[in-house]
Amino acid sequence: MGIESTAHTFGASIVSSDGKILADVKDVYKPATGSGIHPREASRHHSNVAHVVIRDALEKGNIKSSEIEIISYSAGPGLGPCLRVGATVARTLALHLKRPLVPVNHAIGHIELGCLTTGSLDPVTLLVSGGHTMITAYSAGKWRAFGETLDITAGQLLDQLGRHAGYSSPAGAVIEKLASGSSRYLKLPYSVKGNDVSLSGILTASKRLLDQGEGIRDVCFSVQETAFAMLTEVTERAVAFLEKTEILLTGGVAANTRLTEMLKSMSEERGVTFKVIPKNYAGDCGAQIAWIGALAFRSGVQVPVGSSWVKQSWRFDGVEVPWRIVN
Amino acid sequence: MENRKLVKRGAEANLYSTEWFGRPAISKVRIKKSYRRKELDDWIRSHRTLREARLMSKARSNGVSTPIIFFVDPLHGEIIMEEILGRRLKEVMENINNTELKRTFSGVGSMIGRLHEDGIIHGDLTTSNMIILDGTVYLIDFGLSIQSQRLEDKGMDLRLLKGVLSSAHSRVFNQAYKFFIAGYRTSTGSKATEHVLQVVEQIERRGRYARVD
Repeated sequence: MGIESTAHTFGASIVSSDGKILADVKDVYKPATGSGIHPREASRHHSNVAHVVIRDALEKGNIKSSEIEIISYSAGPGLGPCLRVGATVARTLALHLKRPLVPVNHAIGHIELGCLTTGSLDPVTLLVSGGHTMITAYSAGKWRAFGETLDITAGQLLDQLGRHAGYSSPAGAVIEKLASGSSRYLKLPYSVKGNDVSLSGILTASKRLLDQGEGIRDVCFSVQETAFAMLTEVTERAVAFLEKTEILLTGGVAANTRLTEMLKSMSEERGVTFKVIPKNYAGDCGAQIAWIGALAFRSGVQVPVGSSWVKQSWRFDGVEVPWRIVN
Repeated sequence: MENRKLVKRGAEANLYSTEWFGRPAISKVRIKKSYRRKELDDWIRSHRTLREARLMSKARSNGVSTPIIFFVDPLHGEIIMEEILGRRLKEVMENINNTELKRTFSGVGSMIGRLHEDGIIHGDLTTSNMIILDGTVYLIDFGLSIQSQRLEDKGMDLRLLKGVLSSAHSRVFNQAYKFFIAGYRTSTGSKATEHVLQVVEQIERRGRYARVD
């Protein structure tokens, strides 16, 4: 069983050791209209729903709690108060059920769940969410970062633009819908720096356009066109540099149709395969934690309850992933 | 250019082997990207083509080894330049020994130091944008280059190379980066180098989930 609680989502999932997702239940904290995640409020939400989510997961999976073999939890990166709730719940379960406890890196969860659900073996992965915007590929024991945002993530860009226009986070779906109602392109800063991107300039410029009276649809359309073209370009750069033949898109923003379209078009022109994580697993969920927990435990990773930990800024590119056998 | 042959498909451009008045040459053509809107795509391709030609020539006239530019057509995103018949640094990295590593990376470091002294930021310092021929490293692909004397921009250049070395060449990363910095120091002096390295650290710290131990 995996417990996810890095940000707005509290999730619990049961995954078998051969990668079958038996249950994946979540409850998402919704901030007030026009505002973002309040970490304390989100952690309260998580404490309130934890027992219901876990019970539902056991029921949906038709599993008795005694049949659970490992308890894994997302140990970072994420919001401190939220992470601590998940860790506390996981420790309790581990002690009560007398099962090993496994800390999981949330970002690696997104990547490896993408591989599991799409059948990707050795992809260049674009991970785009509220917490991440990174291009990564596996090499010599770790998922290495080949490019990333230098400031805000793509999820933050969309959420903060949405918030400025009065929508609550996460705002990706609203922005996508608004964008589909326009084809008028307003120029925004296109900032590719080597393999990295800078997205904060787009946020500043697009807020200014809104304040100057430009239509919300045109602004959303232009933000998507610019930001997603930048992400597609740096992904292609990584694919060309690494000479890989597979691209995987994962993370919450993977649910966006326009981003998917652009990457698909690029992949076709390059002659590489493109896969995208199914929408129901794109956003934060327990399955990404449960599955990595299973993989990591098999490679000998676990932590005693007494010295278990969370780390708010835990980069994935320093984490050993001994279960990968490619390369 | 009927007799040209595709020799490499890069991320944004195709490279064709051709001739320029009897000399071996490379035609670099920035490809249209259908995922980008046409107005954005046209602007990016012509803008980068011009910038590459201008800054590559400027770097060369300041003593940095780059190919000679023969012809530029920003409308079609094409540059014809001298062909350097060497090997990309990326390809030789796997089997490089310590002596070669030291010579190569101190050379790269002093070259980039000189470039920065002249106010040119390469913007894409990867090991696939450096060609080794007879012990000399040639710098190519100036499409993301800018003119700047800002420490921030110089730091960005170094951070990118550091990132490429640590991710793609993790085996030799520490040594290679150390030799690079030593070479950089010979061109820019100790003080300027320390300043840039401080900026590199700042950039890393403000990244997402920065290494803050």
